[in-house]
Amino acid sequence: MATFKDFRNNIKPNWCPGCGDFSVQAAIQRAAANVGLEPHELVVVSGIGCSGRISGYINSYGFHGVHGRALPIAQGVKMANRDLTVIAAGGDGDGFAIGMGHTIHAIRRNIDITYIVMDNQIYGLTKGQTSPRSEVGFKTKSTPQGSVEPALSIMEMALTAGATFVAQSFSSDLKELTQLIEEGMKHKGFSLINVFSPCVTYNKVNTYDWFKDNLTSLSSIEGYDPSNREMAMQTLMKHKGLVTGLIYQNKERKSYQDLVPGYSEKPLTEADLTISKEKFDQLVAEFM
Amino acid sequence: MISQLSWKVGGQQGEGIESTGEIFSIALNRLGYYLYGYRHFSSRIKGGHTNNKIRVSTTQVRSIADDLDILVAFDQETIDFNFHELRQGGIVIADAKFNPTIPDESRATLYAVPFTDIATELGTALMKNMVAVGASSAVLGLDISVYEGVVQEIFGRKGEQVVAKNMEAIRAGAQFMREQLGDNIQLMQLEKADGKKRMFMIGNDAIALGALAGGSRFMAAYPITPASEIMEYLIKKLPQFGGTVIQTEDEIAACTMAIGANYAGVRTLTASAGPGLSLMMEAIGLAGITETPIVIVDTQRGGPSTGLPTKQEQSDLMAMIYGTHGEIPKVVIAPSTVQEAFYDMVEAFNIAEEYQCPVIVLTDLQLSLGKQTVEPLEYDKIEIRRGKLVTGELPEIPDKGCFKRYEVTEDGVSPRVLPGMKNGIHHVTGVEHDETGRPSEVAANRIAQMDKRLRKLKHIQFPTPVHKHVKHEEADILIVGFNSTRGAIEEAMERLERDGIKVNHAHVRLIHPFPTEEMLPLVQSAKKVVVVENNATGQLANILKMNVGHAEKVFNVLKYDGNPFLPHEVYTKCKELF
Ligand SMILES: Cc1ncc(C[n+]2csc(CCOP(=O)(O)OP(=O)(O)O)c2C)c(N)n1
Ligand code: SF4
Ligand SMILES: [Mg+2]
Repeated sequence: MATFKDFRNNIKPNWCPGCGDFSVQAAIQRAAANVGLEPHELVVVSGIGCSGRISGYINSYGFHGVHGRALPIAQGVKMANRDLTVIAAGGDGDGFAIGMGHTIHAIRRNIDITYIVMDNQIYGLTKGQTSPRSEVGFKTKSTPQGSVEPALSIMEMALTAGATFVAQSFSSDLKELTQLIEEGMKHKGFSLINVFSPCVTYNKVNTYDWFKDNLTSLSSIEGYDPSNREMAMQTLMKHKGLVTGLIYQNKERKSYQDLVPGYSEKPLTEADLTISKEKFDQLVAEFM
Repeated sequence: MISQLSWKVGGQQGEGIESTGEIFSIALNRLGYYLYGYRHFSSRIKGGHTNNKIRVSTTQVRSIADDLDILVAFDQETIDFNFHELRQGGIVIADAKFNPTIPDESRATLYAVPFTDIATELGTALMKNMVAVGASSAVLGLDISVYEGVVQEIFGRKGEQVVAKNMEAIRAGAQFMREQLGDNIQLMQLEKADGKKRMFMIGNDAIALGALAGGSRFMAAYPITPASEIMEYLIKKLPQFGGTVIQTEDEIAACTMAIGANYAGVRTLTASAGPGLSLMMEAIGLAGITETPIVIVDTQRGGPSTGLPTKQEQSDLMAMIYGTHGEIPKVVIAPSTVQEAFYDMVEAFNIAEEYQCPVIVLTDLQLSLGKQTVEPLEYDKIEIRRGKLVTGELPEIPDKGCFKRYEVTEDGVSPRVLPGMKNGIHHVTGVEHDETGRPSEVAANRIAQMDKRLRKLKHIQFPTPVHKHVKHEEADILIVGFNSTRGAIEEAMERLERDGIKVNHAHVRLIHPFPTEEMLPLVQSAKKVVVVENNATGQLANILKMNVGHAEKVFNVLKYDGNPFLPHEVYTKCKELF
């Protein structure tokens, strides 16, 4: 059986020392080993950004696409081969700005993939502009006077879009992050995991210390029930979204693949590419 | 007895105009006539003038006719809008209900037939289109019993009585018309057709069927005119083969989802029109640099922007050849008939996999939506080729090395493994990369990879890059076109020949890489080259000049008013140039 070391490759990440994305990489490697995958059974699809480089740093199949489109690519991979485990990953700009349309629709479509967002409240790769996750007043190169647009409440948005698995974590907490990714992979449907992954170079506000001071673990809230959507929503609103842990999971709803009529139980990659003469004649006759 | 004629039905959109044309043409098809249809419609669902023009012939026809023999009118607007097309001796069959009149300058005869009244008497005014079908059939001298099967198929679910009533409406319409015509009934009796069964379909049907036969099992698409029929057909059929269609949130998702599925090993298509293709451009580049096969159908319509969304145009040509930033290998195929659209789809998937690059199948609105008779499609011609797709076991690569997915090879094509295969791990990225897919900015590597990708284009094999109709070693005129203009050009050519002008015809089927070798001798041996295309800037002519040269003898015949070319328009323009 593969261990997390088997999911390491010999490519050295070009992230800044101290970047939160290192832990996300490690957590994916551990989670993949923990759920019993072999490296070739995993596909990591990523967007463009510092975070988007992650698919190149894991020893598995990897697809580094275009900015904001990790999700449709990942859904295509899964639809083609439902036996593969598919992770989509990228930054907050990738998923919540340019790719937001895909994020909402991937959530409601509920194809069985796991989406991990490395949320640093800033655009790292393009050297420090505001992101849809930046707070009002946040000063960046593109908002020198401070941002006047409010940050998106992404976890609440996921709930209203009909998400069946919503979790949030902090890259410092490797143990919790690994466990949430494992649960996300096991979840039958779309799982969204937003990870606070500090950008040590461009975000001097939302630092490791800032998160330590401001995050509340759901495990510390007595009686918190992740199957209760209303409670999830209230808790998020109360804590301004700054919670970690499994926020919501709906185990009842079936995944897209299990609902769509006629969709093969075997991977489509194994489907016969030819059609029989008899079937062909039948199709042709419909036009006569 | 005549061997061909042109019939048109018109009225307000949403009032059963489509079904009148549909039932009439299905019956004609069953009788063995060759048909070619053209629908004039607006992007409104209800209201607005719509018409359906159908050419009927005992031999294959591939163009709308210049004029009109019979006009069936459900309102006065239809007469006012279309009477000028009627030839001398043509007839108008109009619903008596709106007291139809025909302009004085018209050369046609008006017959008022109480479509609505007859239908109402038989039970419901809804059957007025059946009365019109019956009246039309009487003019042509069709055996009404052909409708028994057709009506049964359409209304069978609604019960025997509905079937019987509709048949009665057709008979009553025919009877009334026969009495009206009297001795004139001889004027437009059609010669008997051969009674052979043939397919009757739109180009989009053939594209969808071709995708299915070509092994496609998944489609991702976003609805748009005139492409939606492709996804609508496949969502009905693919589940029978374990596959499906996803209607995505936009065309960017459609194209990238298709890229993901192709990367994973399933032949996947997407289809759209200009606006959607514009959105897909970045993704097309991704497919190019990641060497992912993908088939994209572009059904051209009037542009730019929303342009003329329900009208004919051929103005996406340059965008399809050059669209996406940077430089990638890409193949653009342009079927010129419905049959070709079927085979081209199969071949598009083969080429996409063999050369691991995006393939665009380009059609235009008239080819995609014009319903026409199609000669049998041959099952034995369907062939699946997957190129350098690696199957079976792979040797272990030591030290966590990666599979050389982008190995530099002589033909530019590298071995392709699919995710899930043991020992096949490699990286895929839109960033320039080395042979294992690892990002690299090394200059020598960049050149090696760019050259390797572009080299693929030199090896592309396409069965008929140019459809040639070459009768003369030395021609006065070489007419060049692509997509649906083929029929109009062929008919114009016949007439020009009758006038003693020597004409050759080349219809470009492989738009990119351009078939220079095939085209050069044809251009060289012609005094003048006339490029016929539905756009305002002469895009095909420019591509021709760029690749073949001889700019001094290349002339444009352009039409960009939203309507397809009529044979006489091509004829007249060529004549003028001659
Ligand atoms: C279509 C397009 N627009 C813009 C860019 C430039 N760009 C690359 S990454 C990025 C944003 C990165 O921010 P985020 O997604 O948060 O990732 P991070 O670098 O913070 O991990 C932008 C704007 C691009 N690559 N493609
Ligand atoms: S710029 Fe920020 S996000 Fe990018 S690698 Fe450096 S620390 Fe990480
Ligand atoms: Mg970011």
